[in-house]
This record gives sequence, structure tokens and C-alpha cells, in this order.
Amino acid sequence: MSPASKKRLNYFLISIIVFLIVGKFVLNSLQGNTVYFFSPSDLSKLNEKPNGLVRIGGLVKSDSIQKKQKDNIYTFVITDLTNDVYVEYKGILPNLFQEGKGAVIEGVLKDKKFLIAEKILAKHDENYMPPEVADALKKSGTWNKTYGK
Amino acid sequence: MLNLFQIKKIFELSDNFFYWLKIIFLSIIIFGLILSLVISPKDYLQGDTVRIMYVHVPASWLSLMIFSAMGVCSIVSLIFKIRVCTIYAKSLAPIGFTFSLISVFTGSLWGQPTWGTFWTWDARLTSMLLLVFFYIFYILTWTLIKNFFASEKYSSIIAIVGLANIPIIKFSVEWWNTLHQPASIKLTESPAIHASMLTPLLVMFLGFGLFALFIFLIRYKTEILKLKKDKLNNILK
Repeated sequence: MSPASKKRLNYFLISIIVFLIVGKFVLNSLQGNTVYFFSPSDLSKLNEKPNGLVRIGGLVKSDSIQKKQKDNIYTFVITDLTNDVYVEYKGILPNLFQEGKGAVIEGVLKDKKFLIAEKILAKHDENYMPPEVADALKKSGTWNKTYGK
Repeated sequence: MLNLFQIKKIFELSDNFFYWLKIIFLSIIIFGLILSLVISPKDYLQGDTVRIMYVHVPASWLSLMIFSAMGVCSIVSLIFKIRVCTIYAKSLAPIGFTFSLISVFTGSLWGQPTWGTFWTWDARLTSMLLLVFFYIFYILTWTLIKNFFASEKYSSIIAIVGLANIPIIKFSVEWWNTLHQPASIKLTESPAIHASMLTPLLVMFLGFGLFALFIFLIRYKTEILKLKKDKLNNILK
């Protein structure tokens, strides 16, 4: 290795170390800001209810989706299995929105437990399988609840 | 592998080699497309939308791998002045850029029916968009700065800085709450994707990979000819 290369390598290694340290601090401070959504438990820990648009993410509680007769108003519960948030939504639900599955709801909080939704995003998980396999799993009783209903 | 550092080797590859490489990658991609669009089953939740994944995932993997390779090449070329690495990185850039665009667009097409939105600013999508911009900046540096040594220096710095974004893309789905789902295929666990869907995915990845290799070899050859034209080929030992 030539002396010039050695010098450049040293500069490089030093800048990597500095970068890693700075990056660590940046990531730490970002931790609070980069949440794409709150879980219902995050929300219950807050002292005041956040104003403006917020996103709540969690599972749609089983047997909680109800449709009001007039208009397309739906109510359901988003849960992270310890805390719940009640949601009211007017509009068309996405295809993949179902009970027991993940969803992210964007809307305005009326209070810490009640959200008026403006937009619903269905969250898809990392499981992929053909319908026949899903049926077979359900029959054999090895169906994992996280796969959905 | 070391042979690749010898510039002449690329010109020893015969036209026959390129011809067969082309035949092989085309047939693998056609086979992969038949597997993924016709033979593979629908998903139990997504239905036919799942088929977008067979293009989206290989393109995303390749765009990350190619940028990582460019970053490593740039470190080597910047520190040890092994110039052939610069040419590797320069030849790889447009390929990775194309794959990153494919990844973003197919992801967006998948997001609309699945999530209910084309685009959202979650950590995975945002960091992936950043990768697209790193590719653009890298390529622009080469087109806008005419002096070879200046553009080599600045483009290498861009690639090295962009390297930091790669783990962020990869682990964004684990570090933060994101709308994007976590990886289905992990090195340490059995895949969360059924074998009948995993096979077409891997075949497509192989096909895309060979396609990338094909374009890379052609571009690499072109870049060396360009250097010869500019009488710079003596910088490559």
C-alpha cells in the first residue's frame, strides 16, 4: 500500500467513525418523529390528545365492524390487544380491510379513544399463500390468527 | 474474479458469449413470467395483485445490491485509486437506476389496490425514493462534469454517502412503524411465502440478475472504449 493510499484510508476510516457517531444521535432523535402511525397504546400514554391529522395503526378487532344503515358509515375498533381506539369512517373500505388484519387509519381525534377517520389504509403482512393452502390450514387447525379470519 | 481486473479480458469475451447470455436470460425471464403470471396461484388475500410482487421484489433487491456494489467500488477507487472500480460503478449505475424506478412504480401500482393509496411517506417508501435520487445524482455527476477525475471524485463521494441509505432501506420496516410489510424472506427464518410463490420469485430474480450482468458487460466494454477514445486508457493499469 502506498503512503498516499494509507493516508486516504485513514481519513476514510476516521470519517466513517464520525459518521457512525453522528448517525447514532440522529437516529435516536428521529425515533420519536418518524413514527408513521401511533398504536393505541402509544396514544393512551400521551398526556394530551394530538391535534390535526394523526395515524393510528393496529389490528381491526374481531366482530367490531358495524355498518350504519344510512350512508356508508362504518364503525370499528382498532386494537393492539392492550388498548382500543374507536373509529368512525364514512366511505368505501379497501378490499383488504378485514377483521383481525392490520390497518392504518388517518383522521382527527375527537378524544383519545375516538377517531373520525378520513382515510383508511389496509396494512398487508409478509405472509403469502395460495387460497387452497389457507383452506387446508384452517381445516387442519394450524391456522395462525395473524393470517386473518 | 481477479481476472476481471485485467481490462483486456472483457475484449476476449466472444460475440458468441454475449449471444448465449442473451438467449439464457431471455428464456429465464420468459419462463419466470409464465410461472408468475399463469402457473403460480392467487394469493388468499390479495388475489391476482400478488403477481406484481414477482417483478417488484427482484427489481428492489437488485437496485439495493447494485448500489451496494457501486458504493464498495467507489471506496476502493477513491482510496486505492484502482480505477477499474470506478468504471465498474459507472457502468452499473444506469442499471440500478432502472431497477429502482421499476421497484417504485410497481410498488405504487400494488399499493393502490392493496393499501388504498399509490404513495405514502412511510420510512420504507421514503428511503427508497431517496435511493432513486442518489442514482440520479450519481449519473448526473458523470454527465455534468466533463473532467474525468473530478467527476470520478464527486460521484464516488455520492455513492459512498448513499451507501448509508442501504441499511436504512433494508431495516426501515423493522426499526419503525411502516405501512410497508416486513421482509417475507429472511436468512435466519423459513420464508413466510409459500413455495409455489417463492419459486417464480427466485426464477425472476435469476433472470433479472443475468439481464443486469448482460447490460453491465456491454456498458463496461463501452466505457473502456470511451476512455480509449479520450486517450485516458493508461489510467487503467
